[in-house]
Amino acid sequence: MSGVGLPPQVRLANEIARQFAHRTPADAATAIATHIRAVWDPRMKAALIAHLDAGGEDLDPVAALAAAQLRPVDAQGAK
Amino acid sequence: MTLLKEPDFGTPARDGEATVELTIDGIAVAVPPGTSVMRAAKQAGVDIPKLCATDSLEAFGSCRLCVVEIDGARGTPASCTTPVGPGMAVRTQNEKLGKLRRGVMELYISDHPLDCLTCSANGDCELQDMAGVTGLREVRYGSGVEAGANHMDAPTDSSNPYFDFDASKCIVCSRCVRACDEVQGTLALTIDGRGFDSKVAAGMDVGFMDSDCVSCGACVQACPTATLQEKSVVELGMPTRSVVTTCAYCGVGCSFKAELRGDELVRMVPYKNGGANEGHSCVKGRFAFGYASHPDRVLEPMVRDAITDPWRKVSWEEAIGFTARRLREIQAAHGQGSIGAITSSRTTNEEVYAVQKMVRAVFGNNNVDTCARVCHSPTGYGLKQTFGESAGTQDFRSVEKSDVILVIGANPTDGHPVFASRMKKRLRQGAKLIVVDPRRIDLVRSPHIEAQHHLQLAPGTNVAVINAFAHVVVTEGLVDRAFVSQRCEDFDTWEQFISAPEHSPEAVASVTGVDAEELRAAARLFATSGNAAIYYGLGVTEHSQGSTMVMGMANLAMATGNIGRRGVGVNPLRGQNNVQGSCDMGSFPHELPGYRHVSDDGARDVYQQLWGTPLLNEPGLRIPNMFDAAIDGSFRALFVQGEDIAQSDPNTQHVFAALSSLELLVVQDLFENETAKFAHVLLPGTSFLEKDGTFTNAERRINRVRPVMAPQTGKQEWQIICEIAQEMGYPMHYDSASQIMDEIALTTPTFMGVSFKKLDEVGSVQWPCNLEHPDGTPIMHEEEFTRGKGRFMETVYVPTTERSTRKYPLILTTGRILSQYNVGAQTRRTANVAWHPEDILELHPHDAEVRGIEDGSTVALSSRVGRTTLRARLSERMPVGVCYTTFHHPVTGANVITTDNSDWATNCPEYKVTAVQVDLVVEPSAASLETVAVGN
Repeated sequence: MSGVGLPPQVRLANEIARQFAHRTPADAATAIATHIRAVWDPRMKAALIAHLDAGGEDLDPVAALAAAQLRPVDAQGAK
Repeated sequence: MTLLKEPDFGTPARDGEATVELTIDGIAVAVPPGTSVMRAAKQAGVDIPKLCATDSLEAFGSCRLCVVEIDGARGTPASCTTPVGPGMAVRTQNEKLGKLRRGVMELYISDHPLDCLTCSANGDCELQDMAGVTGLREVRYGSGVEAGANHMDAPTDSSNPYFDFDASKCIVCSRCVRACDEVQGTLALTIDGRGFDSKVAAGMDVGFMDSDCVSCGACVQACPTATLQEKSVVELGMPTRSVVTTCAYCGVGCSFKAELRGDELVRMVPYKNGGANEGHSCVKGRFAFGYASHPDRVLEPMVRDAITDPWRKVSWEEAIGFTARRLREIQAAHGQGSIGAITSSRTTNEEVYAVQKMVRAVFGNNNVDTCARVCHSPTGYGLKQTFGESAGTQDFRSVEKSDVILVIGANPTDGHPVFASRMKKRLRQGAKLIVVDPRRIDLVRSPHIEAQHHLQLAPGTNVAVINAFAHVVVTEGLVDRAFVSQRCEDFDTWEQFISAPEHSPEAVASVTGVDAEELRAAARLFATSGNAAIYYGLGVTEHSQGSTMVMGMANLAMATGNIGRRGVGVNPLRGQNNVQGSCDMGSFPHELPGYRHVSDDGARDVYQQLWGTPLLNEPGLRIPNMFDAAIDGSFRALFVQGEDIAQSDPNTQHVFAALSSLELLVVQDLFENETAKFAHVLLPGTSFLEKDGTFTNAERRINRVRPVMAPQTGKQEWQIICEIAQEMGYPMHYDSASQIMDEIALTTPTFMGVSFKKLDEVGSVQWPCNLEHPDGTPIMHEEEFTRGKGRFMETVYVPTTERSTRKYPLILTTGRILSQYNVGAQTRRTANVAWHPEDILELHPHDAEVRGIEDGSTVALSSRVGRTTLRARLSERMPVGVCYTTFHHPVTGANVITTDNSDWATNCPEYKVTAVQVDLVVEPSAASLETVAVGN
């Protein structure tokens, strides 16, 4: 099963990306980033960006594009 | 308050203008056409004696007690079966009529025990009342043995745990039989025999418990004598006072009269003026309230330093001080965002509001979520995206105007039985029915009801099916173009998307398992039959594409113009009593009360000004995120209000790991539940009989929850929240729950003007309440959608990653049954266990046979995340390859099996699709033996 064993933020981002796979990558990435921005806690956004910065292993390519759009993240909720 | 007796008009009201004018005993009255003379008389203030008539049932005309004289008419017609006519002159009392009535009463009493003084219905018996009203002074035929053959030795059926049937007191008025037929729609009762031998029989005269009776209480309610009587009344005596309040079970939100003797609750009687239920009830709300006084109730606060320590009973002061101190210590050590709370859909709006305020204003973060996360969060998301409001579009009464009803992923006769009775009534009148469900739920074929189409889809393929519906509508020219062009946007893009061949019924049939031609026929029926309404439940939302499916149903409703009037709409059937309310109250980590995003500066400023503290503009953690963050160490303390997450949330092992990681877990609950095993503080909660506040049901109806008795714990739950906040250094104080509602109304635009005073005056209101609609809005989106134009959304079908494999070849789906509720914490502590003593695995005989499983076998149920054991039931309700169980008993641990998969938009768990294997257990394991013990 896909997603098993992945860090939560990667699994969740990949799940969202699957829903937008019918769109162009740029369009999908914007939609994914908008969704994540609206409903994710800052520490999760920070973790996703950190995962991307660490090479983005197992991160869906479109989710990776979306993650890049989330910078800079305000992680005050995690402090 | 004294005992509340609603007036009984004898026959049901008729719709329409009061255009028929007549006189009754010289009194002029005007009523709608079709009204009975009996009802018109009552309306004119004239009571006509009656026994077989009551206004919840259509006229029957059997007792002949209600005879009247009508100028120009022959004889003495029964006023219950005689419709009014223009200019009619009716006389209800004269010597002739009095003599006729006394004669009827004589015959009744000649075959009725004369034990009024010791009868359980003494003081609440219509037969007794009518003997008085008719002036009966003697029974010329004698009574009992002297009257000859009689029924006074007829046996009493005590098989039902909640009521007795004493046949010796039955007058065979058929009110119970008609109530079962007309109100409940189960048709479990009948009149057996003819003439003198006529008697009420349950099923094939097998007794109530072994019949199809669902114990809704409608027959007990309808009985005019002591024949059908609550055991509690037999044991305790007649109640003397009433308090009108709201049921604490499902999202229908029925109004009840709690009837008491002093402070002792005798019975719960459905309230005729309750907007949601209009006098009907189910076995849970009517009878299963014993848990509130169960000895398992925790009544004193308890504290411990480690979950391996025994509990220590402490004072409220110590418990609150301990909680506040530990929360602040953890924040100091691990950050402001290291703590949070989960609100409950079983608590009042006021209690939920207090908790989210504590999180936002005192904890200083948005880490608040609600148990609606795991049930209807996709409803909130999907309907907000398409219609602009996170709520269903109709009131329950709307179904009376539906011509075709599409039920998707819901089992109303079990999950929402009182609404199901309304729906079945409409279906019996001829409305068409389409059921989309992997299981053959009862609604598919039940007495006088048969679905025109049952689309038995494969679990997880909802979106493919709803897209195929829409594809048929669009490609066969069935779109309501006028509605779409006037009321909606983004239609052209959507039309192009949905017209693509991959959405056709033929293209998706291999995935969904639904015959393409039948799906086409169902879609045509939906689009062309008049008012078409969609009702759905957790079989829609608890999927990896739950939100997509909600949007797909909204698309279908808009495309066919089925929004904005009676009889249509998109209607979520909410699981718990206050799911709607807990979401309305700002329980989601990204939304303030009224579904306003935390980044909305204007909305945030309202609260910042009022609460005198800055609020974060970033979303907080959702429940699954809290679990993940607890395991990774960034989340250390959790306050759980009235929710048993250890039993109800998916992937139990993961939940246990998260809860074990917390430095502080505070549980506020009635019982020491499964979650409390991981808790450091247990704060006793109040039952619905003790609460003072409001619940909001699935039709957005705000109902009062009135305290029937003082809190057994000494405190209301919102008071405890305020005291924790104060101990944490924030001045949070209310004098009463009504002050909290005043604050909600002041700060939430859709609750404008709502107050306890208003609710006491008008009964209930359905939000949105605003300047234009101060008394609420039963039907939404009538002129325009909340967001202006209804928005069509592209709903791509993306299969779940949870699929059957060689190792796990079956798909498990979960649900609930009529007699039990959610994790069973309440209903397991009542006599409802008589119907469902254990969770059972239903599977198709073919799947059973190849595994050597027989009906009643103990089986092991395993998925990639866990394993449990339970008993099997072979059932052709299930399709081959799919099995089903409930999660009402912790010993079964159904959520040991379910996975982390969730809805992409809201993280609502995918409870409805889990790949599993089922194996025969030759030697029962310890767990299964325990299950069997509970069952016995």
